[in-house]
Amino acid sequence: MPKNKELKKILVIGSGPIVIGQAAEFDYAGTQACQALKEEGLEVVLINSNPATIMTDTNMADKVYIEPINLEFVSQIIRQERPDGLLPTLGGQTGLNMAVELARAGVLEQEGVKLLGTQLNAIEQAEDRDLFRELMRELEQPVPESAIVTSVQEAVDFADSIGYPVIVRPAYTLGGTGGGIAGSEEELREIVANGIRYSPIGQCLIEKSIAGMKEVEYEVMRDANDNCIVVCNMENLDPVGVHTGDSIVVAPSQTLSDREYQMLRSASLKIIRALNIEGGCNVQFALDPQSYQYYVIEVNPRVSRSSALASKATGYPIAKMAAKIAVGYTLDEIVNPVTGQTYACFEPTLDYIVTKIPRWPFDKFTAANRKLGTQMKATGEVMAIGRTFEESIQKAVRSLEIGVHRLLLKGAAEIDGETLTARLAKADDERLFLVAEAFRRGWALQQIQDITNIDWWFLDKIDRIVRFEDEIRREPGLTRETLYAAKRLGFTDRAIAELRKEGQGASAAMTKEQDVRQYRLQQGFIPVYKMVDTCAAEFEASTPYYYSTYETENEVLPSDKQKIIVLGSGPIRIGQGIEFDYSTVHAVWAIRNAGYEAVIINNNPETVSTDFNTSDRLYFEPLFFEDVMNVIEQEKPIGVIVQFGGQTAINLAAPLARAGVRILGTSLESIDEAEDRKKCEALLRKLNIAQPKGSTVTTVDEAVGTAQQLGYPVLVRPSYVLGGRAMEIVYSDEELLAYMKEAVQINPEHPVLIDRYMLGKEIEVDAICDGETVLIPGIMEHVERAGVHSGDSIAVYPPQSLSEDIKKQAVDITIKIAKELKTVGLVNIQFVVWNDQVFVIEVNPRSSRTVPFLSKVTSVPMANLATQAILGKKLSELGYTEGLWPENEYVAVKVPVFSFAKLRRVDPTLTPEMKSTGEVMGRDRHYAKALYKGLIGSGMKIPTGGSIIATVADKDKEEAIAILKGFYRLGYKLIATGGTADALEAAGMKVRRVNKLSEGSPNIVDLIRTGQAQFVVNTLTKGKAPERDGFRIRREAVENGVVCLTSLDTVRALLHMLEALRFSSAPMPAFQA
Amino acid sequence: MQAQARLLLEDGTLFTGLAFGAQGASVGEVVFNTGITGYQEVLSDPSYCGQIVTMTFPLIGNYGITRDDFESIRPYIHGFVVRRHEPVPSNWRAQYTLDHLLKEYGIVGISDIDTRMLTRIIRQHGTMRGLLTTGNERAEELRERLGAAPLMRDQVARTSTPHVFSSPGERERIVLIDYGAKSGILRELTKRGCDVVVVPHNTTADEIRRLHPDGIQLSNGPGDPKDVPHAVRTLRELLGEYPIFGICLGHQLFALACGADTEKLKFGHRGGNHPVKELESGRCYITSQNHGYTVKEESVAGTELEVTHINNNDKTIEGLKHKRYPAFSVQYHPEAAPGPFDNSYLFDRFLDMIREHKRLNPERPRQAVLAESLRGELHYAQK
Repeated sequence: MPKNKELKKILVIGSGPIVIGQAAEFDYAGTQACQALKEEGLEVVLINSNPATIMTDTNMADKVYIEPINLEFVSQIIRQERPDGLLPTLGGQTGLNMAVELARAGVLEQEGVKLLGTQLNAIEQAEDRDLFRELMRELEQPVPESAIVTSVQEAVDFADSIGYPVIVRPAYTLGGTGGGIAGSEEELREIVANGIRYSPIGQCLIEKSIAGMKEVEYEVMRDANDNCIVVCNMENLDPVGVHTGDSIVVAPSQTLSDREYQMLRSASLKIIRALNIEGGCNVQFALDPQSYQYYVIEVNPRVSRSSALASKATGYPIAKMAAKIAVGYTLDEIVNPVTGQTYACFEPTLDYIVTKIPRWPFDKFTAANRKLGTQMKATGEVMAIGRTFEESIQKAVRSLEIGVHRLLLKGAAEIDGETLTARLAKADDERLFLVAEAFRRGWALQQIQDITNIDWWFLDKIDRIVRFEDEIRREPGLTRETLYAAKRLGFTDRAIAELRKEGQGASAAMTKEQDVRQYRLQQGFIPVYKMVDTCAAEFEASTPYYYSTYETENEVLPSDKQKIIVLGSGPIRIGQGIEFDYSTVHAVWAIRNAGYEAVIINNNPETVSTDFNTSDRLYFEPLFFEDVMNVIEQEKPIGVIVQFGGQTAINLAAPLARAGVRILGTSLESIDEAEDRKKCEALLRKLNIAQPKGSTVTTVDEAVGTAQQLGYPVLVRPSYVLGGRAMEIVYSDEELLAYMKEAVQINPEHPVLIDRYMLGKEIEVDAICDGETVLIPGIMEHVERAGVHSGDSIAVYPPQSLSEDIKKQAVDITIKIAKELKTVGLVNIQFVVWNDQVFVIEVNPRSSRTVPFLSKVTSVPMANLATQAILGKKLSELGYTEGLWPENEYVAVKVPVFSFAKLRRVDPTLTPEMKSTGEVMGRDRHYAKALYKGLIGSGMKIPTGGSIIATVADKDKEEAIAILKGFYRLGYKLIATGGTADALEAAGMKVRRVNKLSEGSPNIVDLIRTGQAQFVVNTLTKGKAPERDGFRIRREAVENGVVCLTSLDTVRALLHMLEALRFSSAPMPAFQA
Repeated sequence: MQAQARLLLEDGTLFTGLAFGAQGASVGEVVFNTGITGYQEVLSDPSYCGQIVTMTFPLIGNYGITRDDFESIRPYIHGFVVRRHEPVPSNWRAQYTLDHLLKEYGIVGISDIDTRMLTRIIRQHGTMRGLLTTGNERAEELRERLGAAPLMRDQVARTSTPHVFSSPGERERIVLIDYGAKSGILRELTKRGCDVVVVPHNTTADEIRRLHPDGIQLSNGPGDPKDVPHAVRTLRELLGEYPIFGICLGHQLFALACGADTEKLKFGHRGGNHPVKELESGRCYITSQNHGYTVKEESVAGTELEVTHINNNDKTIEGLKHKRYPAFSVQYHPEAAPGPFDNSYLFDRFLDMIREHKRLNPERPRQAVLAESLRGELHYAQK
C-alpha cells in the first residue's frame, strides 16, 4: 500500500505525440510509472493522445484515455474521474505544462486534486528564467550573466552591454524550440523575434555564451524525507553550445577528477533540495576546462530524456522510483529491483562506459540546416556499452544505421582542408567522423582541439582508433595479437577486412569479412557478456541485462528453456518510430506467455523494449550482423523474429539466414518477394491483382524512357525504401533528370522504381496470417489522396467514404496476397482507389506503423496474435475467423504530427516522402468530433473564426475555390494574393488582397508574422528551392505557429468538420403569405 | 611492446595482463573499490596500506595525478589493478600520470585484465591475498611465494606520523591521533578553524593530556583494529575526559575501548556510494567508505554504546555513540576525498559537542585555578 493513505486514484499525464525533443523516452517513463503505481494497488487513470505507445495499452492503467492533452479535455477527464492526485512529472514538458495550466485555471483546487512529485512553485522556479536565476542566486550557484527580455530591443540592448555571442533561450519551450546562438545583432533580432513567438509567455532569456565549456549533467533523485542521491552523471563530448539532445554523451563523466565530480554533485543536491522535488530531476552544468568555475545551465524538475538514458546506462529505473516516491515512499525503503537485496537509496556505480549518439533526420531532410546549436534536431538516439571508450563509441556508430559502420564517412577524404576546418569548428551531425578524418590527415591533436574545443581525452581516443586502423592496414598477415586488440577496441570483422584490403590489397588474406570471422572463431575470440547491475559487481544481481565485450568471464547463465530472439528497431527516425517498438514489446510478451524465453537485441535507450523487465534477457547491442550473430551463438535460439523491428530487422533477415539462422514467421523468400519490386510486380501479375503501371530501371536513360511511356506525372523512388525516403512525384523530363541527379545514386544494385501516379484515395490494411487464415482487423482510409506519404496522411477507421464493394476488393486482395506469400505474422498492404478499382501500391511483409493504432481501435491484439501465429498457433484455435473484423461504433482518426518548427529550411509541404515524427489519435462517436480531437491533439489551433490566407497553384484553383467558399460561408475572412484573389472574387467572395513577396511590404509573409491569419492554405508550385515564395510562406507559417495546410484534402476535411460541429444559425422563416 | 604482469590469487586464479608503474613483485590483500572517480585519493589513502587495490571502473588515469589530491604524503598500496590504464590524462590540474606516480613509489600495476571477473571472485570468495608481479617466475614459484608471505600486522605503525606536529588554528584545539590518517580529516578540521595537533598512534594518554586538547579526533587507518591494542588502552583512559570523534579505524578502536568487538567482513566496503541510515532521523546518507572490519552488532549489547547509524544495504554498524560520555564515531568517511561531501556535517557536530561539553563543564577562571595549584590547594573539581 502506498505510504500516503489519502491517495487511491491517480491521474498520469503522458507526453503526447512524438516530436523532436520529446520522444519514446516518455513512453518508457510513463509505462514504468503506471506499473509502479498499480503495484501499489492504486487506481491509475492515464491520459495520452499518442496511440503508438505501450503506456496507452489498456492493461497499463485502470482507465486509459487517448484524448487531446489540453485544458478542455484533461479538465473533463478530471471531473469525470475525480482522481486524488495528479502525477505530471513523467509526461515530459507536455505533462508539466499541462499541470501548470490546470493549476492556474484552478481546476486542481476545485476538484481537490493533489499535485504529486513536483509542486507548482518548483516547476515555476525551474522553468521561469527569472525565478530560476533568483533561486540560483539564493543558493549561491553561478549562472551565466543574463537578462530576461520580452522584446527584441531589450535583447539588443543587453547584448550590447555584455558582448556577442549570446545564447537565446525562449521560456517554456520544448527541446529549445526557437532558441539559438547569436553572433551579431542581425542574428539576435531574428532569433529573439522567433523565440518570443514560440514562448507561451512571450519571454526569452539572453545569456552570455559559455560555448566551449565542458557540458556535464547530473540525474538526481530526492524523496519526501530529504534523502538525495545522484543516479548518474554524464559528460558531453560536444562542448556547451550544442543542445544536449544533439550531443554525443558518455556516462559516467570521463575527464572530471573526484573534486570536480563532487563539487557538481553537491550543487545538484542543493538545487533539488531547494526545489523540494519529490522524484527525479536533471541538472545541467557548464564547467570551465581550466578552472573550478562552473555554471548551472538548466534544471528539469521532472523525468527527462537524459533520465531515460541514465536509467538504461545504469540499470536504475528512475521513472519507476519517481512514481513510488510521488506516492510517499522513501528511497531507503524501496528495494533496488536490480539486485533485489539492496535498496534504491544508493548511487549506482558503473564498470563500463556508455556512449549515446543522436540520430538525426538529415538523411531524409537533405535541405535542412545540419548545423547543431541550442535547438534540438535529433529524432532519436542509440546507446552502446563497452569496457573502453573506443569499444563503446565504435559500437554506437554502427548502431546508427546511417550507412556507416565505423568512424569513416563516405566522401570525407574529398573534403578540402578549409571546409574541414569550418565544419569542425561549427558542429554538425557528422563532426565525429570529421574529427577522425582530420586525424587521418595527420592533423595534430592540439590543432583539432583548438578548433573543436572537444576535450583532449576524447580526441586522444578517436586518434587511437585511427592509429590502430593503420596498424591493421600495415600488418602483412593478421596476427592473433592485433586481431584481439582490434576486437577489444570495438573493430568489427568487416572493418578489419576493409582495412586490410586498403593496406594489403584485395588479394591479401583476411580481406573478407567471412574470412576474418572464421579466423577469429578459430582463435577462440568470441565476446563475453557482462551484466549491467548498478553496482559494479559488488552485489549479486539478477538483472537479465547484458552487453558484449572481449574479456575473460562470461556472465550469462545457461538456460535449458527454448529461446526466441526478437530484433528491435534501433533508433527512432522518421519512418521508423515508436510504433515498431510497440510491436516488438508485444511480441516479447507473447513469446513469454507461450512459455519460451524471449531475448531481445536492441540499441535504443529511450524505449520500453530496452527496459530489462520487458524480456527474459536484454542484449544492449548494435543491430549489426556481427553483433547479432554473436548473441545468437551465445543464446542458440530456436529462431529469430525479424518482422517487428521495422526495416532494421528485415534488412538483417537475409544475412542471418545465409549464416544458417532460422527466421521465424514469414519466410525470407516471401519477405524478398514482397520487398523486391520486380518480384512483387510478378507476384501481383500472377494473382491478377491490379497495380499502378510501372517498372524498375537501372539507368537514367531507361528512367526517362519509362516515364515517357507511362506518361507524367510519375512517382519515382529507390527500391528498398524506408518511410518513402527520396520518393517524389515528377511532372516532366527535367524534373526527373534533376531527381536522378540529386536524390538517388542509380546503378544496377540500386534500381529506381517509376510508377504511374494515380491521384486516388489511399487505403491501408494490416492483416495477420497464420499461413492459412487471414484476419483483417480493419481498413483505414486516408484523408489525403495518393501523393502524400501514408505516414503523413490522416487515417480514418472505419472508412467513411468507401463503398462495400471497394472494401470487399481490398479484403479479397489482402487475403490473396497474404496466402500467396504464405505469410506467418503480419503484413501491411497499401492501396489506391482509382475509378472504383483497387490497386496495390505496396506490400510490407512485416509489422507496420499502423499496428498500434489499429490494435487499439479494434481491440484486436495484433502483434500478440501475429507472434502466436509465428509460434505455431492457428488463428482458428484463438477464436478468429478469416476476413474483416467487424467495425465498431467509434470512429478513430490518426493524425500525423510534424516537427517542422525545429528543422529550419525543411519544406512543410506534404509529399510522398514521409516527414512526420509522431501521431495522435482522436476518437469519438462521430467522425467530425474524432477529427476535431485528432487535429487539436496534434497541436493545431482551430479558431471558429478568423482569416485564411490562400495561395494555390493554378492546377488546384478550381478545387480550392469550392472548399474556400465553404469557409467563407462559415464566416472566415479570406486573404489572397493576385491570381487566387481574382479567382475567389470571380466566385463571388470578398477577399482581402495582399502583396506577393515580390510586390513589396506589407506582403503575405508580414501578415503571417504579425499574426493576422489563423490558417494558411498553400499548394505546391513545383521546385523546392528555398527562394520560392511558396516555401517562404509555408516556413513562415510553421515558424509562427500558424496552421499550414498543403493538401486540399486536409482543408476539405477540416471544412467538413467545422461544418458538422457548428450549430447552424439560420434566420427564422417568414410567415407564409 | 608493453611488458607482461601477472596477478595470482590464493585460490589459484591467475590473471595475465600488461605491466605499468614499477617493475617487481609484491604481495597483498586484494580488494576492490567501486568509485568511478577518485583513484588518486584511493591509492594515497593510508588505509589501503599493504593491499592490492582493484578499481572496478575500467578506465583509470583519465585525469592524471595532481599534487593537490593526495590523501597522504605517499601511497602505501602494494599494487594497483585496472582494466585499462589511460596513459594520456586530460584535466587542467593534471601534473603527471598515474604510471609516473606508481613508478616513483615503486608500486607495481597491472592493466588489461578482466577486473569485473576479479571483483566477482572476491565478492564470492571474500577478500584474499594475491601476488602481483612483472617478473617471469614460474607459476609454482609464485604460489610458493604467495603462500610463504607473512601476514602484515604493523600497517598502523607504517603509516602513522612518527612525530607530533601542529597545524595551528584560532579555535578549538583538537588532538588528531594518526593511525594512518587521510589528509581530508585534517583539512576538514582546519577548515573549521581548529588548532590541530597531530600525534602518532602510540602517543600515551598523558602525552595527550599535556597538549590540553578540547577534543580528540581518532583517524582512519589500515588493517585490523586488534593489531593496535595500545591505542585501545589509551582511548580507555581518555574516554569521558575529552569529547571524542572516531572515524573508520578510529571508530573500531573506540568500539573496542568501550568493550564491543570487531570482526572481518567478507570483502569489505570500499567505494563512494554506500547508503548509511541515521537511526534517529531515519535519514539516509550517501557515504564514502573503506573498511574491511566492522563492529559486531551483538557485541554492542552489553556496552554503554548506542548504535546511531547502520548501513542500509547489509545493516552493519556504521555509527556509534557513548551513552554517558561525549563521544561518537562513524565507520565511514565524512571527510570524503574521494566521495560525497554529504557527511561533513559530522565535523560540525563534533565541534558542537565540544562546545556543549564546555558549557556543561564550565572552567573556572584560569588564573584562579593556576593560583590555587601554585598554593598547593586542591581544586574542588579534582576531588
